[in-house]
Amino acid sequence: MNQPVRVKTLKIDDRDVSGREDETILEVARQNGIFIPTLCNLEGLTPIGACRLCLVEIKGVSRLLPACVTRVEEGMEVYTQSERLQKYRRMVLELLFSERNHICSVCVVNGHCELQNMAQILGMTHVSVPYRFPRLPVDASHERFVVDHNRCILCTRCVRVCDEIEGAHTWDVMGRGIDSRVITDLSQPWGESETCTSCGKCVNVCPTGALFEKGKPVSERLKKRQFLPYLTMMREERR
Amino acid sequence: MSKKRIATVWLDGCSGCHMSFLDMDERLIEVFQQADLVYSPLVDLKEFPEEVDITLVEGAVSSEEDLHKIRMVRERTKILVAFGDCAVTGNVPSMRNPFGVNAVLQRAYLENVTLHPQVPREVIPALIEKARPVHEVVKVDVFIPGCPPSAETIFLALSDLLADRMPDMAKLTRFGA
Ligand code: SF4
Ligand code: SF4
Ligand code: SF4
Ligand code: FES
Repeated sequence: MNQPVRVKTLKIDDRDVSGREDETILEVARQNGIFIPTLCNLEGLTPIGACRLCLVEIKGVSRLLPACVTRVEEGMEVYTQSERLQKYRRMVLELLFSERNHICSVCVVNGHCELQNMAQILGMTHVSVPYRFPRLPVDASHERFVVDHNRCILCTRCVRVCDEIEGAHTWDVMGRGIDSRVITDLSQPWGESETCTSCGKCVNVCPTGALFEKGKPVSERLKKRQFLPYLTMMREERR
Repeated sequence: MSKKRIATVWLDGCSGCHMSFLDMDERLIEVFQQADLVYSPLVDLKEFPEEVDITLVEGAVSSEEDLHKIRMVRERTKILVAFGDCAVTGNVPSMRNPFGVNAVLQRAYLENVTLHPQVPREVIPALIEKARPVHEVVKVDVFIPGCPPSAETIFLALSDLLADRMPDMAKLTRFGA
């Protein structure tokens, strides 16, 4: 038997809104046309709260909470646009840019990159922390795809789509903190992966130029993401 | 109202930002009705003058000479503008940073050369350890991202600055634009 669905009423930016008890602040905000910036979140994949771009303020809670993994509660008062939040979001972005080597002008996704767009949307015109300039490899061993670790922001969308949707679980994360890196299989060259089906889902969900398809001009490197909610929907219907 | 004094400086960049500046075409006339160009690689002046209102800096800080130049320019300028991605982020010049100076010189002057391979030690200024965005070295007041920023972007930014307004650059341009 299906449980009855409970509805919660709350306020987001002083607007009265309502959502199902199993929905997150981010989902309810989106349904109501309220913009909260996100990078690791992608409709159709399990939310993990990794990038911290979606932080919101909740009245009575001293910490900032990530909207993508925080469920709505009765009587909540959520704020998404305060100056404090703008400051922290820009700081998060600046750290993402400083951690790896983002040279937009020579990047394969220049002009259609979610990280680059986000900098513009959030009004970030420069990075105020020192750049780290790490030395990172590019793995072009796969016959169709390339992973360039210089552009990876560790959102793990590739890891989740390959595991949750394709069912191959080729991707994983290795190492800790700032030294973390996405790997294929047991950190073997992607081209030697025995699990990869070459479906290209990871490439299409990657928000940056970290994963891309070989032999395509930049103008055709628009990533296709519409397939995700569709695939999940079809599966749920079949269950 | 007296005319403002503008300068442009070229550090480690490809000159693309300066080309985009020239690309303002007839709007240059509009700009120079309100300002004098007191120093620039586009005009033949040898010395950076004492008092400048607005200086646009193209390029990353990459060599001993860049360091020296940018410090002097900062001292003599009221509003310092990081002009283009190399100045704002390090951009292409910073691609050498993960490898270190020695590896880069080795590659450029020894490994890829067949005739008289040698690393130049005279005339050409010595590279510093890392190519840096300008604001990591001196204080920057305005950032104009873009590689290069479009002529339109430069014009709108300059128009604001000449009218003593701070331009909202994120609306006009982005990294890599
Ligand atoms: S991945 Fe995006 S932000 Fe990074 S260099 Fe490429 S275009 Fe720029
Ligand atoms: S292309 Fe390979 S690694 Fe990427 S999602 Fe498909 S199976 Fe996984
Ligand atoms: S490779 Fe792309 S999708 Fe995977 S973690 Fe890095 S940025 Fe995210
Ligand atoms: S979108 Fe919520 S933490 Fe990344």
